[in-house]
Amino acid sequence: MNRVLLFVPVIFFAILGFVFYTMMEHDPSELQSARLNQPFPAFQLTDLEKPELTRDQSALQGEPMLVNVWATWCPACRAEHAYLVHLAEQKNVAIIGLNYKDQRQAANEWLVKLGDPYRFSIFDQEGRLGLDLGVYGAPETYVVDADGIIRYRHVGVVNEKVWQEKLSPWFPAISGSGVPAS
Amino acid sequence: MNPVRKQRLAIIAFVLLGLAGAVALALYALSQNINLFFSPDQVVAGEAPVEQRMRLGGMVVEGSVLRASDSLKVQFDLTDYRGTVTVQYEGILPDLFREGQGIVAMGELNSDRVFQADEVLAKHDEKYMPPEISRALERTSQAAAGEEARPL
Amino acid sequence: MILPEFGHFALILAFGLAILLAVVPLIGAWLGDRLWMQMARPFTGLMTLLILLSFITLTLAFLKDDFSVAYVAGHSNSLLPWYYKMSAVWGGHEGSLLLWALILAGWTFAVSRFSKALPEDMVARVLGILGIVNAGFLSFIIIKSSPFERILPNIPPDGADLNPLLQDFGLIVHPPLLYMGYVGFSVAFAFALAALLGGKLDAAWARWSRPWTTVAWAFLTLGIALGSWWAYYELGWGGWWFWDPVENASLMPWLAGTALMHSLAVTEKRGLFKSWTVLLAIFTFSLSLLGTFLVRSGILTSVHAFASDPDRGFYILALLAVTIGGSLLLYALRAPVVKSRIGFSERSRETFLLMNNIILVTATLTVLGGTLFPLFAEMAGKEVSVGAPYFDAMFSFLTPLLVAFLCVGIFSHWKDTRPGLLKRQIPVPLIAAIPFAFLIPMTQGDLAFMPVLGSFLAVWLLFATIRDISQKVSGRRSLWAGWMKTRRSYKGMVFGHLGLAVMIMGAALVSAYTIEKDVRMAPGDEATLGGLVYRFERLAHYEGPNFISDRAYFVVSSDSGRQIADLHAEKRRYVVSGSIMTEAGIQAGFFRDLYVSLGEPLPGQDAWAVRLHIKPFVRWLWLGALLMAIGGALAVADPRYRQKARAKAPASAGDAEAGNTAVSVQEGGQA
Repeated sequence: MNRVLLFVPVIFFAILGFVFYTMMEHDPSELQSARLNQPFPAFQLTDLEKPELTRDQSALQGEPMLVNVWATWCPACRAEHAYLVHLAEQKNVAIIGLNYKDQRQAANEWLVKLGDPYRFSIFDQEGRLGLDLGVYGAPETYVVDADGIIRYRHVGVVNEKVWQEKLSPWFPAISGSGVPAS
Repeated sequence: MNPVRKQRLAIIAFVLLGLAGAVALALYALSQNINLFFSPDQVVAGEAPVEQRMRLGGMVVEGSVLRASDSLKVQFDLTDYRGTVTVQYEGILPDLFREGQGIVAMGELNSDRVFQADEVLAKHDEKYMPPEISRALERTSQAAAGEEARPL
Repeated sequence: MILPEFGHFALILAFGLAILLAVVPLIGAWLGDRLWMQMARPFTGLMTLLILLSFITLTLAFLKDDFSVAYVAGHSNSLLPWYYKMSAVWGGHEGSLLLWALILAGWTFAVSRFSKALPEDMVARVLGILGIVNAGFLSFIIIKSSPFERILPNIPPDGADLNPLLQDFGLIVHPPLLYMGYVGFSVAFAFALAALLGGKLDAAWARWSRPWTTVAWAFLTLGIALGSWWAYYELGWGGWWFWDPVENASLMPWLAGTALMHSLAVTEKRGLFKSWTVLLAIFTFSLSLLGTFLVRSGILTSVHAFASDPDRGFYILALLAVTIGGSLLLYALRAPVVKSRIGFSERSRETFLLMNNIILVTATLTVLGGTLFPLFAEMAGKEVSVGAPYFDAMFSFLTPLLVAFLCVGIFSHWKDTRPGLLKRQIPVPLIAAIPFAFLIPMTQGDLAFMPVLGSFLAVWLLFATIRDISQKVSGRRSLWAGWMKTRRSYKGMVFGHLGLAVMIMGAALVSAYTIEKDVRMAPGDEATLGGLVYRFERLAHYEGPNFISDRAYFVVSSDSGRQIADLHAEKRRYVVSGSIMTEAGIQAGFFRDLYVSLGEPLPGQDAWAVRLHIKPFVRWLWLGALLMAIGGALAVADPRYRQKARAKAPASAGDAEAGNTAVSVQEGGQA
């Protein structure tokens, strides 16, 4: 009888552990899987550097590219920025910037100071496109294929490892490897 | 019953009584101090109770912050992009309170459906968003994904 | 230059040694093989050295602004002063885990060093179990959160800066102290499990565990108090405890650890409560681990959570399942089932300490329940939060109970107390405290129930303690001479209890009599608060090394015009991160603090939202914690731990210095 009582703590803990397991938030990069393999949401926003230019989703077609969500208020964006410049310059990866909830002037100064890896940047001051995309925060990076379909979403900093393991498979012309089945 | 067992029983009974009292008190205190969370959308839809303490979370609408010139009264709108609620507050706003940022306000709805806040919490750093807000926004954007592309 | 890869490599080697430490001595103890058991000490030494090297490598990377290391780039900046560069090592997730691992290794090393008087198989088991915990944490760091990952080939020109909240003296010291406490409970945990494995739960086991538990508890006390002090002056709200999940995570092991200290005393002196004490030891360390888990996993995101990462959360959950689940299972299978007669009366010291334990564990479960309740509610599809009033209500119910049992139990004897003795001792302090219960709050303002109750409890506890001392030393020439003759462990107890009294007094008075006001002020404006005049003198602008600041100068004077204090409050903008920080202007006083903090600039000529406070007795909260920690240090310094060790092995320096050594190991890491 007494021996049975001694099992109470471990049973209590097992229940608690189960609750933790079920309640733990899942990997945010998998959260928005509903948007995967869907066309990039429609938008009409101005260009960051050339405010007179209007960009829309048709610009995100023709070749596989990365859409990188960034902002000057985001410390981690600074950490990944140099690697993005490297990708653009050394590997000629097409990267489109999505400048998210930022100030136009500050963002342009940042690009002048740290280098501009982007073909162009979309200026999304109110975060509407970010909302449509389901952006959690910055930085996030999306792989959009030649047909304008979102193929992959990476939450967090892009570095060599992320590029090699997660992103480069979508860029067969650059990495030489095949496209993984999705 | 021998004295040892009697004493043992007395101790166990006493402990159980104390624990039962503590549990009862804890449940009572909990029932008095739970604050439900609502999104602006739910408030607009009339799902939130009036004049009952609750938490309201959303994004501060750009350009909606109005400061009184002679006191610390402040008014702003909170939105989850589906519904918008006006919030009134008197006091000091947190350092990270900014337009376009996610915040959580604690207080109650008055009969005019204006939210009277007595506490405003802002997110702590750029990486952090109160979990309720991110969930609320997530629901919104998932719902939006089902619609046709909307004009901006 | 030492490469960061070296640090990573050292960690991997340390992990290998931790595995060896987890396997070899335990098998040795099982087989009774002396050689295998003796491997425990060299493995521990080498493992600690490697983790220390790894930590030094990371520290050097910070000091040298090596922004090729992602963690350095994310948490430092070339403009940062050197001391913040060093504390930035534990300013983020990866580094704070490395610090955790280093402290854990430090405790393990201290155990290996100060255990010469212990039987060989016991040492082997204890170190083996600590080896398992070490291996678990090291694998987590290596696999899921290495601080040594590089950003190559494109190195950022500068770092993203340390979170400005952490650029503060309090936060340099707070995490190491807190971790010393959390991790220190691993020793009591390891002793308990070793005793379960060996089947020898005796008084000796309790005596070995006691000093380690007390040292860890003292560190945790200081760590929590420092965190509270930091929140008070740095967050700009003037609050000292928010019942935030992160704070609760540190309070739970503290409450359980306090219970453990007291129940260890019973187990050592009387050989009772063995199963219970073992369970408490497991419980206390489990709560420390749970604290880490709650903070890291993002499962309960709170005001000062680190950036959360579910992947890491799952790994920690698995670690918890193995450590806590495994040890509780071991407990269920091996803990002795008490069949003996009770052997103590309901007036005995044992009964009162049992009450102490029940109350403290109830308090722990109260906090646990309140912290986890939103999680359970979420399972039912509701989003809720539990407000501070819940915790306040529970503690204002449990604290008086605790103090009442303490003030009665302090006069009790082991086994049984003559009813006449209790009848003679109890009433005097109780009655003497009643007038003070009213007089003290009357100096602060109107009488109310809570401050009267709080003052009563604090003064009652003080008088009961004094009476107990006078009983103890009766026959000496004077109270003082007698006091000096008491044992250090007794002095430690007295300090601990007085610390509690001081803390209760502080909490009751500051909660009831804080006066605060949020006002709009421009330079030249005056505001009156609690009979004092706060004058906003002028606003200045200045630049620090990595921030720009608006600094407001205030002068506080009494209504007779006498100037009492100069305060300056600041609003800083940290350039790199763009974060805004509040630095409160505080004049600290023994009986009251004057507190000013800036809210935000308002439209109008240099007008600001300003928060003014008068906070009576707020210092007593931290003073109480300091007294408690001193009590812990005194208790550990009791010569009997040393003599017992010395009697068997003259070379041993005794358990008393274990804590200090662990500190110096860790300081070595920063040098």
